[in-house]
Amino acid sequence: MPLSGRKKTDALASLALQSQLGEEIRFRDRLRRLARENKTAVVSAALILVMALAAVFAPLLTPYGEKDMDLLNRLSPPSAAHLLGTDEGGRDVLARLLYGARISLLVGVVPALLSLLLGALLGVIAGYRGGWADALIMRAADITLAFPSMLLTMVVMYALGGGIGNVFLTLTLVNWANVARVVRAQTLQLKNSEFAESARITGVPSRVIMRRHILPNCLPTLLVLFTLNIPASILTESSLSFLGLGVQPPYASWGLMINTGRQYLFNAPWLCFVPGAAIMLIVLAFNFLGNGLMDVLDPRQQKS
Amino acid sequence: MLRTLAQRLVQAVIVLAGVMLLIFVMLRIVPGNPVETLMGEHANQETISRVSEEMGLDQPLHIQFFRYLSSALQGDFGTSFTLGKPVSRLLRSAFVNTLILALFAALFAWIIGIGCGVLAAVTKNRLPDRIFTGFSLLGISLPVFMAAMFLQYVFAFRLHWLPISGADSWTGFILPGIALGWNSAGQIAQMTRVTLLETLQEDYIDTALAKGLSPARTVVRHALRNAMLPVLTMMAIQLSGLLSGAVITETVFSLNGLGRLMVQAISGRDIPLLQGTALFTTGIVILGSLAADCLYAVLDPRIRKGG
Repeated sequence: MPLSGRKKTDALASLALQSQLGEEIRFRDRLRRLARENKTAVVSAALILVMALAAVFAPLLTPYGEKDMDLLNRLSPPSAAHLLGTDEGGRDVLARLLYGARISLLVGVVPALLSLLLGALLGVIAGYRGGWADALIMRAADITLAFPSMLLTMVVMYALGGGIGNVFLTLTLVNWANVARVVRAQTLQLKNSEFAESARITGVPSRVIMRRHILPNCLPTLLVLFTLNIPASILTESSLSFLGLGVQPPYASWGLMINTGRQYLFNAPWLCFVPGAAIMLIVLAFNFLGNGLMDVLDPRQQKS
Repeated sequence: MLRTLAQRLVQAVIVLAGVMLLIFVMLRIVPGNPVETLMGEHANQETISRVSEEMGLDQPLHIQFFRYLSSALQGDFGTSFTLGKPVSRLLRSAFVNTLILALFAALFAWIIGIGCGVLAAVTKNRLPDRIFTGFSLLGISLPVFMAAMFLQYVFAFRLHWLPISGADSWTGFILPGIALGWNSAGQIAQMTRVTLLETLQEDYIDTALAKGLSPARTVVRHALRNAMLPVLTMMAIQLSGLLSGAVITETVFSLNGLGRLMVQAISGRDIPLLQGTALFTTGIVILGSLAADCLYAVLDPRIRKGG
């Protein structure tokens, strides 16, 4: 009877597809509502886009390179030639800020994406399978969340050593637990919904149910978590770099700029405050956007 | 209620054991022999193996772990490689400084956070609300190191109002406390605003106003008291964030607390010290969240009488 089994799966798959399409339309409507009603979120999204473009096209925006030393112009305050001043090696702060944006944005996005994948996978398994898998995964999440985040990242970075790859890995290890908890809770609800029930009765394997029916329904939540995990990662990385434990030279993240600039806080304050303001701005923008998304996507907050 | 608390206690013990194992294993996978680091490059092989033996580092990993576990439970975390003192004694003096710092931060966060939250809630959607809400968002997004350096630059370096660094007198804790409390203040303000707005819609508020209580009195006596419950638990949960932030704040202001001790341990590759600080700090957080659960259970009559 393998054929009829497959037929059933196909029929259910098309049903699921329909419900996904329905979901998608509503999703688009909700995004439209966000654009219409929440100006702060729109401005934030625009700011993020501008920063991302500035990071990509950095060479076109500044005549200076990020490593161009000019020892005659060390620690010079902001001027017409150097809009944001120069650092202890005479390097243009604006150029370093633009090139640093590449690393800082990357450090925000990559771990957020990785922890999302890991957390969603473990969360859906824990929620759907239950039993010992659930107990194991959730205790691991408890242990991860028990650490003050700074402390866990410091210990992991110490064990692995500095470097951008290890920063990605560490931030993923710190952030997966929250995602897993949320996805697990949603899976528990969805697991007993009618469409999952009917798929189960017709013999669709659990793996397929999780992938086709449960995870797609978690997507709006995952999008919110992703948007809010990015600023968290950027903040943690900048704190790590501030202590000299994060991204290592020759890469320059904003946190690393502050770390080196700290020695000159009292005679060249722009070295700290310029990249600091950039961090604050991007974190604020992502938080606004994430909160806006949460307002329109979270079913509990929906105005009918 | 007792059963729930007992369950939470068991859970806390499991988590603490997991944390211990994780820290222990992680610090053993660090490349390089700690004894070689300790003795410097001039030590010969014989001395290294003798010292390894004395420190029990030649034993299999699980035996090392259980030895560490049993002595840690007795309050003995070994001896610091770099500072040559028992880790427990270093922890004790650092803990006092971090505790004072955290108290200053919490005090600031409570006063500013609850104050801003209440003022924002009672002026909902008008100008003061927008200002206070914007202010609290600024608090959440401002990285701790930025707040710390900004305060240090303006109030210590420029205005000379407060000491730049060190903990010679209590005034040395004011700026670090504000820097550290800033984030929590923003969170508390948001939480206070939301819960107070919800409470203000309850019927008993109308009753209070109808029987002639002044609006200010109604907010403080009836609404705020009920709105404080979620805020209170959140404050206990924030302990974890405060201890994370303390690492940065103590570094900026050169305060000898747990966070700075940990940074020192990392730069000195001092494994016993790092292990001790990490374990101790995480233990405080776990106890803190346990205490928060108990507090919640005691304060909320619905939970107290329900279970």
